[in-house]
Amino acid sequence: MSKTIAEINEKLKKGKAVVVTAEEIIELTRKKGIKKVAQEVDVVTTGTFSPMCSSGAYLNVKQPQQKMKMGGGRATLNGVPVYTGFAAADIYIGAAALPDDDPRNAVYPGQFLYGGAQVIEELVAGKKVVLTATAYGTDCYPLKKRETVLTLKELNDAVLFNPRNGYQNYNVAVNLSDKVIYTYMGVLRPRMGNANYCSAGQLSPLLNDPIYRTIGLGTKIFLGGGIGYVCWHGTQHNPSVLRGENKVPRGPAGTLAVIGDLKGMSAQWLRGVSFTGYGTTLAVSIGVPIPILDEEMAAFTSVRDEDLWTKIIDYSHDYPQGTGKILGEVNYAELKSGKMIFKKKEIPTGGLSSYLKAREVAETLKKWLLKGNFLLTEPVAPLPGV
Amino acid sequence: MAKKKVILTFPPALIEEPVTYNLIKNYDCKINILKATVRPKEKGRLVIELNGSREAVSKGLGYLKQIGVQVEPLAQEVRYLKERCSHCSACIPHCPTEALSIDREDMRVTFRGERCIICEACLPVCAYKAMEIKF
Repeated sequence: MSKTIAEINEKLKKGKAVVVTAEEIIELTRKKGIKKVAQEVDVVTTGTFSPMCSSGAYLNVKQPQQKMKMGGGRATLNGVPVYTGFAAADIYIGAAALPDDDPRNAVYPGQFLYGGAQVIEELVAGKKVVLTATAYGTDCYPLKKRETVLTLKELNDAVLFNPRNGYQNYNVAVNLSDKVIYTYMGVLRPRMGNANYCSAGQLSPLLNDPIYRTIGLGTKIFLGGGIGYVCWHGTQHNPSVLRGENKVPRGPAGTLAVIGDLKGMSAQWLRGVSFTGYGTTLAVSIGVPIPILDEEMAAFTSVRDEDLWTKIIDYSHDYPQGTGKILGEVNYAELKSGKMIFKKKEIPTGGLSSYLKAREVAETLKKWLLKGNFLLTEPVAPLPGV
Repeated sequence: MAKKKVILTFPPALIEEPVTYNLIKNYDCKINILKATVRPKEKGRLVIELNGSREAVSKGLGYLKQIGVQVEPLAQEVRYLKERCSHCSACIPHCPTEALSIDREDMRVTFRGERCIICEACLPVCAYKAMEIKF
């Protein structure tokens, strides 16, 4: 017995679809079994809210009366350099871009309080941002210098375009050295003083569709509080990671490139964050609806934190020096309990991904689907598979 | 290790006393000068942070009081900005008193100010800058 996306969409339009979150389905499956759940449930919503460094937005700025070609020149938004390799009025602001010579970053470990991610959050929040630009000056674009204040509304286009988001699983980071270290996995205390993880686990989109049966190019998603789409596989997408019997990878594997209209998003769902000693990044919220086409999809979306395993890696030496050494494995139920037992030590765990907010994303997407004005899309092409 | 922020007020007669030099050399305290105001023939004011072993800081403060410097503790608190918190739980392993704690069912972080000892460990850890120190 199987369903199609078209059938499920018909039910959604009529308000007759059964939609649950990736957490709710766990209890349903425990009570009713996979067969019944596959028949009864139409869509499972997943969610995640986490720092996702490979993020940014491309913007098209209105030309001043005397025209200017930013392409090939230099520009900054609130002092943060933007990419000016695209034509006259298109710029790209990346989350990790930092102002030149910020004194707050000068002394180790560096605060990294302000960068591209903070500019993006401010734009989405409707704040004024200062654009300064210098240009070569051509016959058709004579203006050489420009400084102007703009807001999101005034931009012709503002598109969130993230080359790598929604990592399918990620490492657990520890610090084996004697000194505190400052990493993208957070502040890590010496001698395994803490263990940090970064995944929504059982709510995480790609962990609920581990072999990419339903999530592909063109999948419509909740992105930053608005609508987005999966537009390509993300950079470093690697389907060939070792998988468990449940077909879920036991380390970082698939990724998504996502795109959406920044003007439809909200600052509570796109946050500029600042990692001491590392840099700035954008915390992105993503929610992916998964159609329950058959029993296999019901089983995949019923995955629990205790069935999701990942690798423990030392970030003081092994990660930066690329030794490839894996210290051990742990599952997300143990990580989320707050304590990991490893090498006879009780290690407190810290999360970087907000489970509370992941729940909120999954719940919000569920509401959108139940309202009938968010339909599922058929992927136009699959993600590179196993 | 002890860290104490104090406001020192000097009567005009003591303006010449090399207080920070003595605290460092004779009492083995690290000094961080947060603010200094010295005007001729008026009271001088120094806001400093003393950093050292409990014994060193205690003896250093004793020396100051002994020579007639007025010593007042600088009131400070750590504030939790609820609207900025993402409830990621990155701070939880760093808080020594569980002033920052998380409900493992709800996965919601809460801050209890009365438990906070102002160790400041959470400040560099919170990526959302939901923790700030006020004095």
